[in-house]
Amino acid sequence: MNAARHAAVQPSDLRERCRQLLANGGSMHMAWAWFPKPGAPQVLYLAAEGPRAPLQVWRCDASNGSLPSLSTIAPSLSWYEREISDLCGVRFDGHPKPEPLVLQEGAAPVCPPLAPDYPPDSPMSFTRAPIQIPFVVGKDVQELPFGPVRADVMESAQFLFFYLGEHILHYQPRLFFKHRGMEKRFERLACGAGAVLAERVSGTGSVAHTLAYCQAVEQACGCAVPPRAQAVRVLLAELERLYNHLHYFGHLADTTTLKVGNAEGKWLEEKVKQLNGRLTGSRLLRNIVVPGGLRTDVTPPAGLSSSLESLREETAGYLAKLAETNSYLDRLITTGELTAAGAWEHGATGPVARASGIDQDLRRDHGYALYPQLRFPIPTRKAGDANARAQVRAEEILSSFGLIDEVLQTMPGGAIRNAPKPVPKAEGLGWAESPRGALFYAVHLDTDGRLARVKIGSPSFANWRVFQYTVRDSNMMDYAINEASFGLTVAGCDR
Amino acid sequence: MPNWTLFGLAHGTATTDWPAAGPDAGQEGVLGMPRFAPEKCQSGCRECVEVCVTQALSIHPDDPARLNLDYGRCIACQLCVEACPTEALTASGNWAYAVRERADLHWQQALHTTEAKQLRNAVSRTFRSSLHIRHVDAGSCNGCESELQALNNPFYNLHRLGIFFTASPRFADLLLVTGSVTYAMREPLLAAYEAMAEPRWVLAAGTCAVSGGVAAGGYSSGQGLEGLLPVDVWLPGCPPNPAALIHALLVLLERAPPKVKGGRHE
Repeated sequence: MNAARHAAVQPSDLRERCRQLLANGGSMHMAWAWFPKPGAPQVLYLAAEGPRAPLQVWRCDASNGSLPSLSTIAPSLSWYEREISDLCGVRFDGHPKPEPLVLQEGAAPVCPPLAPDYPPDSPMSFTRAPIQIPFVVGKDVQELPFGPVRADVMESAQFLFFYLGEHILHYQPRLFFKHRGMEKRFERLACGAGAVLAERVSGTGSVAHTLAYCQAVEQACGCAVPPRAQAVRVLLAELERLYNHLHYFGHLADTTTLKVGNAEGKWLEEKVKQLNGRLTGSRLLRNIVVPGGLRTDVTPPAGLSSSLESLREETAGYLAKLAETNSYLDRLITTGELTAAGAWEHGATGPVARASGIDQDLRRDHGYALYPQLRFPIPTRKAGDANARAQVRAEEILSSFGLIDEVLQTMPGGAIRNAPKPVPKAEGLGWAESPRGALFYAVHLDTDGRLARVKIGSPSFANWRVFQYTVRDSNMMDYAINEASFGLTVAGCDR
Repeated sequence: MPNWTLFGLAHGTATTDWPAAGPDAGQEGVLGMPRFAPEKCQSGCRECVEVCVTQALSIHPDDPARLNLDYGRCIACQLCVEACPTEALTASGNWAYAVRERADLHWQQALHTTEAKQLRNAVSRTFRSSLHIRHVDAGSCNGCESELQALNNPFYNLHRLGIFFTASPRFADLLLVTGSVTYAMREPLLAAYEAMAEPRWVLAAGTCAVSGGVAAGGYSSGQGLEGLLPVDVWLPGCPPNPAALIHALLVLLERAPPKVKGGRHE
């Protein structure tokens, strides 16, 4: 992982080192484990001394199967540690909430599923067991279990509400019903095939996922991507941001019962998806990006710039209209407030973090593809409410149109791929600022240069954890609006 | 304060006339399943089999010179098209792969002349112009949901066809399932089906629901609906686009014929 600084850390030094990093304004991005040797898990931490400081990877051998928990110092690591316990069998001593997270109560794998000795393609045994959550008991307190099958076309997840009248006393999201074990599916694949899998981890983040994955492989194998491929990658990534953010506004308008606003947002999203289809053959922009560059060239057809320009005007008019609709704004302002301190401490990312005043964006802070050569604004807000989150996304839409235009104007020619040669036992770290925030891929290759372990650190995993803190003590009638304003996916979180 | 109604009306009609009239299904340039021309296939070459992530392509167990092709496992990733040295597999715009029999997604050397299967419960006239759907995400990547949500946008406007999504399985005629059916979603999925009144139908939407797709197998992911629920229409695609979904719904309602038989798209 040549782009990040590496350090071997002794388990006994771990807590102090983490405490110091946070005291100096640093943050812990994610943690994952893998098995360099069977039966000997190693835990890796991704840290940084500040938003723009170089990334650091700390390695810590969990030789006796346990490590000190960092969750009380860095709450953003809490879910990562629980996930490592579930899937790699490492215990974290002193974890404030050590119960299973990714695996449901009653799931009983014969050994940790990500261990190399887990029998291939054998399903876990599973008998649903009672769930372990804090219950709220009191006069007139109502319990509402909602999901995992929810109304309309929605991703599956369960939410438990304890409420009194309209007032939510306690809220517990239960995710990971959709856990497909995608990280395990990468194992033993060739690096090229992994790109196809990465596109199908979180469908509406296909480009960001495959981009982060490919950049991790390219780093591991020391491969330079040709300039034309770098430019096309930015084009695809910004088209993905466009259709996702437009979907977001359509959905947000729906939750505030603004029917025409909903239809208009969905219609604009459809126009971008149709444009994606004409440009790449895939409405979700799949099957183009590959380690080393692109699989097929993307040739912008004549008239693309002008159709994008009229789409930009239409979108700007739509967003301006939303911004002056009182019935819509009334439902957003002060809904689901997330303070800057809360967003930072719990590791919020993407537009959610930027709406709470945290000025970070991987496209600028740790530039990749063609981004270092492009200038674009990173919008932020201080209010941290649903309206601030919408405002940040609205500005990002307009900035994406600008980026697309600039890339189309200056599209370099030349080769589209410089295929990497797999380097045995190499490791790489890749990242992308997806429409939902910071996305990381860590890739470990085996002695044959095939994938031994792929870790996906997704923005929805980070933001779902943060989201629950904005629900407590809020109103039932604001819940759907608040959830929509976070713009989360379940697939990205559950993987 | 903007007047949204006028704003909407000023835009005119956004809805396509397809499929009743007009060719615009909104899928210009969209690639579908690869087209297979076995006469061009070079015996002994394994290029496509090597790159296929979901084993949609495999060597025929009885004849090592022949390819086995199962579109029910195909994710339309185009890797085989790029790998094939003889153009036996080529890119196509064929995405309307809804079939009533799972076997029709397997490439067959010779087309059988058997009658098309009648629906398990023939769809009576009552349902043909009014169908209510309960969707269950049984472990998808959210790609299928993205395209299902598009069905109610102004371009496709599913309501014009008399087809609606409903919240309660009690009111639903059709269970539309996406995803590979993870261990944790199996029970909620079966509970939703049990809650539906007869007559009821099942549509497996997307390659994951048909065969497990990229997630098939492993410790937590399932293999789709086969053997789990009585499926009436199978629709592979990764994801199936909104027009392919509409076509599948019309196939179910016997308002459109399937376009694929024995793995061959008409």
